[in-house]
Amino acid sequence: MSFVPAPISRFFHRMASPPHFYCLTNKLLPWLTVIFILLLGYGLYAGLYLAPTDYQQGDSYRIIYVHVPAAWMSLFIYVVMATAGAIGLIWRIKLADIMVICSAPIGASFTFIALVTGSLWGKPMWGTWWVWDARLTSELILLFLYLGIISLYGAIEDKRSASRAVSILALVGVVNIPIIHYSVEWWNTLHQGPTVTKIDKPSIHIDMLIPLLVMAIAFKFYHLIALLQAAKVELLKREQNSQWVKTMLESET
Amino acid sequence: MISAFFAIVRRDLILAVRLRAEAVNPVFFFILVVTLFPLGIGAETKLLQTMATGIIWVSALRAAMLSLDSLFRSDFDDGSLEQLLLSPHPLTILVFAKIIAHWLVTGLPLLIVAPLLAVFLGLPQQALGTLLITLVLVTPVLSLIGSIGVALTVGLRRGGMILSLLVLPLYVPVLIFASNAVAMAGNGYAVDAQINILIAILLLSVVLAPLPAAAALKMSMS
Amino acid sequence: MPDHFSTRQSLQARNLSCFRDDRLLFEGLDFTLENSQVLLLEGKNGSGKTSLLRIICGFREQDDGEILWCGNAIEDSDFFAQMAYVGHLDGVKKELTVTENLKTALALGRPGKYSLDQALEKVHLAGYDNSLVQSLSAGQKRRLSLARLLISSNTLWILDEPFTSLDKDGISLIESLMHEHITAGGMIILTSHHDLVLHESYVQKINLSPCH
Repeated sequence: MSFVPAPISRFFHRMASPPHFYCLTNKLLPWLTVIFILLLGYGLYAGLYLAPTDYQQGDSYRIIYVHVPAAWMSLFIYVVMATAGAIGLIWRIKLADIMVICSAPIGASFTFIALVTGSLWGKPMWGTWWVWDARLTSELILLFLYLGIISLYGAIEDKRSASRAVSILALVGVVNIPIIHYSVEWWNTLHQGPTVTKIDKPSIHIDMLIPLLVMAIAFKFYHLIALLQAAKVELLKREQNSQWVKTMLESET
Repeated sequence: MISAFFAIVRRDLILAVRLRAEAVNPVFFFILVVTLFPLGIGAETKLLQTMATGIIWVSALRAAMLSLDSLFRSDFDDGSLEQLLLSPHPLTILVFAKIIAHWLVTGLPLLIVAPLLAVFLGLPQQALGTLLITLVLVTPVLSLIGSIGVALTVGLRRGGMILSLLVLPLYVPVLIFASNAVAMAGNGYAVDAQINILIAILLLSVVLAPLPAAAALKMSMS
Repeated sequence: MPDHFSTRQSLQARNLSCFRDDRLLFEGLDFTLENSQVLLLEGKNGSGKTSLLRIICGFREQDDGEILWCGNAIEDSDFFAQMAYVGHLDGVKKELTVTENLKTALALGRPGKYSLDQALEKVHLAGYDNSLVQSLSAGQKRRLSLARLLISSNTLWILDEPFTSLDKDGISLIESLMHEHITAGGMIILTSHHDLVLHESYVQKINLSPCH
C-alpha cells in the first residue's frame, strides 16, 4: 500500500475493521433512514403533484420519477460493486468482499424496477409493453450480469472463494458495460431508426427536473441504508466465531 | 517461458487429436442447430436469407459455449491444473497458451463449416468474405472471454448453466458487430467500421482476458 | 553437500491458522524447515494436513500468519522454481504417453539432476517411454508422478500421501529417493500414515490433531 499516503491507508483500515464498521453502521442507520424518508416524501409529492403535466405525454410521464433514478442506480451500484471488488482483491479487505456481494441484489432490484417501469411507460408511449429500445435492452443485459454474479456467489460453497470469484466477475463486467452499451446503441440505431427517440427529451423543465434530482438522491440514500443493513448481517454471519461478536452478544443478553 | 507456452499448446493439440471424437462435437452441434432452423421456421428462401446471419452467429455462439467446458475441465480433474499453477512461469501466459490451443481445436473448424452453412441458408455471395473475416476475428474472442467464465466455474459440479449466464451477456457486443457486418455486406455496404471495432475488441481481449482467467483459476483451486 | 544446494535455504511458517467452514483446523502454527530436513505432518483425517500442504503451495490462503521462503514472502521469492508437489491427483494426462507427460512437466519447470531416461530408470518405469498413461496401473502412475520430482530442479518436495497405491517395492523405492534427496541437501514436507524409515535426526513431526 506504499502508494497510498499513510493517514489515508490508516483511515481505510480503521473504517474497514469489522467492529468499528458495525458500531458506526448502528449509529448511522437511524439518521440515514430519516433523511431518506424526508427526501422520498418530498420527491414523490413534488413529482406527482407540484411538477407540471407534460403537454405531449400527459401525466404518464411521471413514472420517470421512479424509472430514471432506478436506471441511474442500476449502473451506479455496478460501479460501486466493481470498485469494492477491486479493493477486496488488491488489499484483501474483508469488508470490501462483503460490500460486493451485498450490492448485487440491491443493484439487481433497481435494474428490475427500471425494466418494469420502462415497460409500463412503454405501453402508453409505444402502445406495447416491450420495445427493443437501446436503453431497455442494455438494462436487460445489465440484469443478466447481476444475476450471473448472484448465482455464481450462491454456487461456490466456500464464501471466501465465492467473494473473490464475484469480485473478478464484477471487474470483468465493469470493463464490458461501456462496450455492451455502445454496441447496443449501435445495433439500435441501425434496426429501429429514429422512432423511439422521443423518449429522450432533449430538455426538461426545471420544475420537472428538481423532483427528479431529489428522487435520485433519495434512491442513493436508500441504497446506502440497504447496503449497510445487508453488510451488517453478512458481517455478523462471517465473523460469528470472532471475539468481538462474542463479546458484543454477551453484553447484549 | 516461450518453451513452456509452446509445450502447453503442443500438449493440448496432441490431446485434441487423441480425443478427436470429443473435439468435433461442437462442430456437429453447430451444423445440427443450423439445420434445425429451416425445419422450425420453414424453408422459405427469402425468410432464411434475412435470418441467415442471425442463425449462424447465434448457433456459433452456442457451439463455442458448449466447447468451453473442455478448456480446463480435464486438467482440473486429473491434477494437471495444480501443476500449471505451481509452475514458476506466469500463469497468465500458460492460460493464454491453453486458450490458443482451444481456439485452434474448436474455433478453426467453425471457420470452415460456417461459410458452407451460410450458402445453404442462402446468404448472398458478397457477404461470404465478410463472414469469414468476422469469424476469424470473433472466434478467438469467444474463447478468450469464455475462458474467464470457465475458470470461474470449473470447480463447480454443475457449472454449465451458470457458465452460460456469465458468458453470454459478455458475448453481446461481438454478436452485434459481427452479425451486423455480415448483414450489411450482404446488402452491399462497406463494413470497415464494424471490422475495425472487432479488431479492437480482439486486441483488448487478448491483452485483458487471460489476467482475470488466471486469477479465477487460482480462486477455483482453493 | 552437492553444489546445487550450496546456499542455505529455509521454509518458515509463522503463526499460521486455518479455518474450514467456520471450523478451526489449526492456529498459531510455527515451524522452520532447512536443508536436509523432513517435516512429517501427522493427524487424523480432516485434521488439516492436506489444507496445510495446499496453503504452503499457495492454492489456499491462510486465515492468519505468514509463510516465508529464505526470509521472503512466497510470492516475492523464487519459491515456485524451488518446489515440486505431488498431491492426491497424479497430475498426468492419461491420453498422453509417459514421455510426453514428463516433457510437459519439464517445460513447466527447469531441468534438474536427472534426464528423462534416468528418471524413468530410477522409478522403475524404463521401457514404458511410449506407453499411454491410461495403460499403466495405479502404482505405475504414482511412480510416474514421482518421476516429475527427479527431472526438474527443486529443493523442496511437498508430498501428500506419497505411499498411496504403492506396493512394498514402490514404498521402499520412494524411501530411497527421499533419502537421496535429503542427504543431498533437499527438503521434504509430507503427510503419511506410513511409518518413515528415515533417520530420526532428519525428521521433525507436527501433529495437527485438534487439541481442543
